[in-house]
Amino acid sequence: MNWRHTNIRLRRLEAEAIYIMREVVSEFRNPVMLYSMGKDSSAMLHMAQKAFYPAKPPFPLLHVDTTWKFREMIAFRDEAAARTGMDLLVYVNDEGLARGISPVTSGSAIHTQVMKTEGLRQALDKWQFDAAFGGARRDEEKSRAKERIFSHRSVGHGWDPRNQRPELWRLFNTRIKPGESMRVFPLSNWTELDVWEYIKAENIPVVPLYFAKQRPVVERDGVLIMVDDERLPLLPGEAPKTMRVRFRTLGCYPLTGAVPSNADTLDAIIAEMRGSASSERQGRVIDHDESGSMEKKKREGYF
Amino acid sequence: MGGPASTDVAASLAGATTLPALRFLTCGSVDDGKSTLIGRLLYEQNLIFDDHLAALERDSKKHGTTGAEIDFALLLDGLEAEREQGITIDVAYRYFSTKRRAFIVADTPGHEQYTRNMATGASNADVAVLLVDARKGLLTQTHRHAVIASLLGIRYAVLAVNKIDLVEYDRTAFDRITADFFEFAATLGFKDLKSIPISARYGDNVSKRSERTPWYSGPHLLEYLEAVDVEDGRSGKPFRMPVQWVNRPNSDFRGFAGTIASGRVKPSDEIAVLPSGRTARIKAIVGAGGDVEAASAGDSVTITLADEIDIARGDMFAAVRERPQVADQFAAHLVWMSSENMFPGRSYLMKINNSTLAATVTELKHQLDVNTMSKLAAKTLALNDVGICNLSVARPVAFDPYADNRDTGAFILIDRYSNETVAAGMIDFALRRATNIHHQNLTVSKAERSRLMHHRPAVLWFTGLPGAGKSTIANLVEAGLNARGIHSVMLDGDNVRHGLNKDLGFTESDRVENIRRIGEVAKLMIDAGLIVLCSFISPFRAERRMVRGLLDAGEFIEVFVDTPLDQCIARDPKGLYRRALAGEIKNFTGVDQPYETPENPELHLLAGRKDPDKLANEVIEELARKKIV
Repeated sequence: MNWRHTNIRLRRLEAEAIYIMREVVSEFRNPVMLYSMGKDSSAMLHMAQKAFYPAKPPFPLLHVDTTWKFREMIAFRDEAAARTGMDLLVYVNDEGLARGISPVTSGSAIHTQVMKTEGLRQALDKWQFDAAFGGARRDEEKSRAKERIFSHRSVGHGWDPRNQRPELWRLFNTRIKPGESMRVFPLSNWTELDVWEYIKAENIPVVPLYFAKQRPVVERDGVLIMVDDERLPLLPGEAPKTMRVRFRTLGCYPLTGAVPSNADTLDAIIAEMRGSASSERQGRVIDHDESGSMEKKKREGYF
Repeated sequence: MGGPASTDVAASLAGATTLPALRFLTCGSVDDGKSTLIGRLLYEQNLIFDDHLAALERDSKKHGTTGAEIDFALLLDGLEAEREQGITIDVAYRYFSTKRRAFIVADTPGHEQYTRNMATGASNADVAVLLVDARKGLLTQTHRHAVIASLLGIRYAVLAVNKIDLVEYDRTAFDRITADFFEFAATLGFKDLKSIPISARYGDNVSKRSERTPWYSGPHLLEYLEAVDVEDGRSGKPFRMPVQWVNRPNSDFRGFAGTIASGRVKPSDEIAVLPSGRTARIKAIVGAGGDVEAASAGDSVTITLADEIDIARGDMFAAVRERPQVADQFAAHLVWMSSENMFPGRSYLMKINNSTLAATVTELKHQLDVNTMSKLAAKTLALNDVGICNLSVARPVAFDPYADNRDTGAFILIDRYSNETVAAGMIDFALRRATNIHHQNLTVSKAERSRLMHHRPAVLWFTGLPGAGKSTIANLVEAGLNARGIHSVMLDGDNVRHGLNKDLGFTESDRVENIRRIGEVAKLMIDAGLIVLCSFISPFRAERRMVRGLLDAGEFIEVFVDTPLDQCIARDPKGLYRRALAGEIKNFTGVDQPYETPENPELHLLAGRKDPDKLANEVIEELARKKIV
């Protein structure tokens, strides 16, 4: 039996996300979908194909590449573009690369600022996008819980959390002035569990890193970092050991912690997540500074 | 406090239900403990992750207001400014599930200045949890939030009488507040009212029955929320689907995408398309995984039709036998959300059922006093005011009264210039005359009339402070045009106020109406092919833009007569500044009412320095340059 008859909650969430995507395509001149290869991006991309079927989604995918993503993520990205037939734009902040910015030598804060936040701003300016879809959810983090579904950005991509437009019913105010833009979050009202249940219900492909497997890792400050290539310098006395791990969230590999796990199927992932006592962003090294850290990054143009 | 073992998060999440989430909001006055209540609820349900709890303990030491204990409000006040000031500014949405139900809770601010954010939270909620401090009883904000919750269509309200610990769990305090509330709320149209004594800080009656209120026998708050049945039967109502997007990937496929607002639909059903009123039969409901047999309220679908008819975004599909209303004028409730006041006659954009169109408040019937529910006479609405208005829109739209359908009866107003969302609107009913007044089709066009003249029509709009020299320059321009054989007419502020607008005063709202009428008269004269010279202080940008908007591109020429204020005061040709400065005249531009200087006038005359003849020549030269004369 089709899951839509039994899980009304998920059915409504899917309908809402599709409504939001269609609204953007109706009201904006040049939209783009930010694609990060994560589970949220995978769910979002899947729904974009449904929203516009039988047409192809009328916008390209954009990946702002920090050059430090897991190799499996990059392979998955190229497969997804080929599978959907959508245009894939890849942007790298070359000026940041030339300055030698990396998570290893510059630290997580500067790397994220230059390669992700500035890279994203440059990419949006380069192609003159006036609306960008992102897969962020309100349950991820406190400042996201306060953000609109249609989140206005000034000419310099800044977010003004104290001056957001009221968002009533499903009547989204999409009007912007020249140079301004909108970040749009179709998964705002989803929880992490909703995303996994939807992936399972719709049999959506996800990056294999989400599933447990023997992988080479080193332990640093209590975080398990996977040695994905030779660029990760090993500290004196440090030797990679092989552990059965998986990832709950995906980012730049030196900044993303793995969790020991045996969950190698969607059912096992969902069961494991229901048993977890920590949040998904816990594995993100970049969030760990202080509570206001995400709000600060967002005001500067981070997603 | 008895902290839960956090590994139990497992058990709680496991119960996530498959029913639609219950959407509720917490509201009430500031410091009544709204955020604390939600934080407590999540904590008791083991729904706070370990790392969030650790961050909360850190933040409580830094910003907290509860001494050594955890300050649950910090869990929700996500913005830095909120944590620093210890208040909630914006709506926060939280998501949680118990074994029986999934919830989306909107935690809304209590300060009066953020009332609009409370209305925002209410627009998508089914239940309102209204907090009140047991020591203080009902406050203005309690009344205000109850009224707004009711206006926005919430039919289930629960009064949480909080801080019951601070009145020693006293039953009489609770009974008195409950009686006050039930009396006030009796007229607000709630289907169900409950009152529960709670302590958000200590957890009494939040998610377990308190032993300290043995006199209370009703449900605890969570029990109530898990059980309340808000099914409004959206699926049982007549079919409505505003068309959102026309899907046309190739010449063989034409689908109409939208989200079903109410009712059900299946292939072969006959539907009506509004506002045209034509009917068609549904061929298929197309889905990526194959066609579907039926769809109902809440589903996002793509529909193909068996009949070829012209359909665009903003049209509405509806049940043939139970159609929505179609009108271009209607009565509605407005909640004003902008710091810039609403004025009848000003032009806004309305977004309703996937249409965005020009809209004007034609009449503000009255303002609603949310404390007493009485009607107040008003000429304007300020931030957070609620008003009952008549509105007119540029073309007929399909809708239902908000009381019948919260989806198809709601609209927002947007400022045309700042793009700010300035109002939330709920339609009460259509004004019938809309269907009877049709624009007369004119057989001789403006262009044909203009051809008889030897010049093009235009409005020269002279704006500036009183005494700036507007009329003087306008008179010289008209004399110059007349000498060249050009047909013109002069509309002057003082003269118009003696005739056409003698019923209007000088308040902001009367000034708006004054300019609106003059704009309409100028438009008629443009149709007659004339050069229209308008000399009005017209202090507000919005009204000048409104007149510009009435005319075709290039017809409106804004002439800013820019004379410094001290020079105008020194000139004072009518002795008015002297009287205004002495307090004898109120609402005098430049003295106690602002003048908004034009941002991009077609002509900027520095009238303090040059003599009027030279300035008049500049104007005529500009007309020649624009090939108008």
